[in-house]
Amino acid sequence: MKTYNVYIAGVGGQGVVRTSIIIGLACFKKGVNVVMSEIHGMAQRGGSVPAEMKIGDAYSPIIEKGGADLLISFEPAESLRAMGKLSKDTVAVINTQPIIPVTVALGTSVYLDPKTYIDELRSKLKRVVVLDAESMAREAGNILSLNMVMLGASSATPGFPVEKEFLVAAMKENLPAKAIDANLRAFDMGFELAEKELQ
Amino acid sequence: MSDILTAKPGSKLYLLGNEAVVRGALENGISVAATYPGTPSSEIGDVFMDVAKDAGMYFEFSTNEKVALEVAAAAAASGLRSFVWMKHVGMNVASDSFMSIAYTKIRAGMVVLSADDPTMWSSQNEQDSRWYARLGNAPVLEPSNPQEMKDLMKYAFEISEKSGLAVLMRTTTRISHMRGVVTVGEVHVGKKKGEFVKEPSRFLPMPAQAYAAHKRIIETLADLVHDADTSPWNKVYGKGGKLGIITSGPTFNYAMDVVNEYDLKADVLKLTFTYPFPEKLVLDFVKNHEAILVAEEVDPIMEKEIFAILGKNGVIGKIYGKLDGTMPMAYEYSTDILKAAISKALGITLPEKTAITSDLKLPVRPPVWCPGCPHRGMYYATRKAVENLGIGNVIYPTDIGCYSLSATPPYQMADYLLSMGSSIGLASGLAVATDQKIVGFIGDSTFFHAGIPPLVNAVHAAVKMVIVVLDNRITGMTGGQPNPGMPLNGMGEVAPEVSIEAVAKAIGVGFVKSVDPANLAAAQAVMEEALGFDGVAVVIARHPCVMIKSKEKSAKQKLVFTVNKATCDKCMLCVTRFACPAMFIGEDGVVAIDEALCNGCGVCVQICPQKAIGVRR
Repeated sequence: MKTYNVYIAGVGGQGVVRTSIIIGLACFKKGVNVVMSEIHGMAQRGGSVPAEMKIGDAYSPIIEKGGADLLISFEPAESLRAMGKLSKDTVAVINTQPIIPVTVALGTSVYLDPKTYIDELRSKLKRVVVLDAESMAREAGNILSLNMVMLGASSATPGFPVEKEFLVAAMKENLPAKAIDANLRAFDMGFELAEKELQ
Repeated sequence: MSDILTAKPGSKLYLLGNEAVVRGALENGISVAATYPGTPSSEIGDVFMDVAKDAGMYFEFSTNEKVALEVAAAAAASGLRSFVWMKHVGMNVASDSFMSIAYTKIRAGMVVLSADDPTMWSSQNEQDSRWYARLGNAPVLEPSNPQEMKDLMKYAFEISEKSGLAVLMRTTTRISHMRGVVTVGEVHVGKKKGEFVKEPSRFLPMPAQAYAAHKRIIETLADLVHDADTSPWNKVYGKGGKLGIITSGPTFNYAMDVVNEYDLKADVLKLTFTYPFPEKLVLDFVKNHEAILVAEEVDPIMEKEIFAILGKNGVIGKIYGKLDGTMPMAYEYSTDILKAAISKALGITLPEKTAITSDLKLPVRPPVWCPGCPHRGMYYATRKAVENLGIGNVIYPTDIGCYSLSATPPYQMADYLLSMGSSIGLASGLAVATDQKIVGFIGDSTFFHAGIPPLVNAVHAAVKMVIVVLDNRITGMTGGQPNPGMPLNGMGEVAPEVSIEAVAKAIGVGFVKSVDPANLAAAQAVMEEALGFDGVAVVIARHPCVMIKSKEKSAKQKLVFTVNKATCDKCMLCVTRFACPAMFIGEDGVVAIDEALCNGCGVCVQICPQKAIGVRR
């Protein structure tokens, strides 16, 4: 009955929804039940975009307070924004590259040193994997494959319920054919880095 | 070709609710489908556009929801199964004709789907569409997941055909945008053409006919109570116990997850066919439980139905719900909210998981225009024009679409918004009510949707105002659907374009000019001219939506801009006045451009007084 709950945080345009679709589709291909909730429309325009999913037998994809097994965060401040869904046992995979909202230059809000948000989570969660997914994506050949670096890293965390073969099959169905090599490289780079960090 | 059309009966797909419902329509002989896009219902149209031609059916993006509903009603009156969908506020637009459908009697099944948006993720209000069922005499079905969205299409058509009424399927954001595993059935191709057999006593609700029809409607709805009472879709998920939970839609999911997780002794009555309300079923359920919890989003509609049943039958019982404060009156629910309510109703305490907390303050991240969005340039140029002319206290009535994001700093050029097309109607009224200058903003699709009648009104009222039509060549906010201003229709075919300029001129607008807002100087000059015009002025700011453009351009190398740190004098105009999300103040205090976010529009180059922004080499 225990489900595996994934919360994905980021900013509109970073590929949050695409990543969650790929994870869900991979579970489906493996034959595991999955339900997922996405946010479309106005909220996607550069705002905070959360996607959440439950893998296993659940009716609703909405995760309870402190109920996330895994946080995949594409952005440092957004990872902390997810805190209501996180407990000390949540595993977090966090991209270090910040996206500074326009409110900061306008002086209506403050963006701290990105490390501050990550350190805050490190102090509260047992396991945190931190990576510069943007640089890794660039190295893999396409800055747009940042989300696949994050996916690769996430899939290396303990308890992640779906294997690479299913994820790759789902990626092939969801990503442009001409970008698939860069995306697979990005996935592997993320996976290897997370494996090393977790040791 | 899409799996949604081609998947073999019995196979499984991983689908969004909005995708699954299309398969449901295809399995049940759909002939005509129509919509006006609106979140959270938009993807339904995107899928139909993809499959309609291959499925041998007709689909259109209508100019507005009322037209879409009329297209579907005409099909159903001609013996063709039809489907129309919209976001909840679209029901307001469609309502005039929706109210009359019951007073006619359609000849084939017609399903109206309204996607409500509790918590208002992407909407201007939180209205509960189930009221419309009561006003418009339409049976209501409330699915709880993508599989049900698909499967209920069959049932909806059957109820519709049995009663001659249109059936309202009410979803919410969390159902339409829920993705899950769906087992599909067999596709049945619908009839290509029907025949409209004339029958004035049936299709002309004039007083004498309507007088008789109302009585028939009441009888039909009374008969349907029995269908609701015995519906296989209204079902008890029982574990026994003194608590009964009556619920529908997404709330059913939360209730089940709580009951299962904590292995609680409670019976859950899932109501899917919720209007007419299943009176006997609910009465028996209430009688068999010591306490009842009613859980529904948004308004206490079922709850009041239950109180009416109890009163009518002289039954007394404790009802936990919205009316006694157990359930919140506003916003969407969650497993946590149901857990608290069920605990209260059972008089128990359930173990709590502890979420982490932090005292760190998080930056505010409101939705903003995309990097490269043409709206930003037009608003920038308009503000410059107003400042240059020294006009104070300009009122900016606005409209539904991405331009409503002009409300946030540094623009704050959105002052009054009511609904689709309201910018022009409000402008007309403000011109009468005040002596202030008025500049209204509306999009291309919104102009066609509801902007034309108020423009006629403004011309006829001989008021003075400027209307800017932001023509980004697409219906943008909802993800990029065609509209009448484009040479493309819902079948994916070339279609006649309707010219905004020609419409404005034909109405008698005395000043009609178009400009590309990527050219700031030209846009400012046109706005200054328009602001000086003595009458109704329409400026068409034409530049394609960057989301659509970037899709087309994805193969090509895009330009990326960068700031020359040597020449930048840190005036910060680009971040404090222009505010492109790709630009930010770096650690060294100099403005930087995020390469991943920049869309290469080049408008920032035009605003920099030091000429410090250029193409990255």
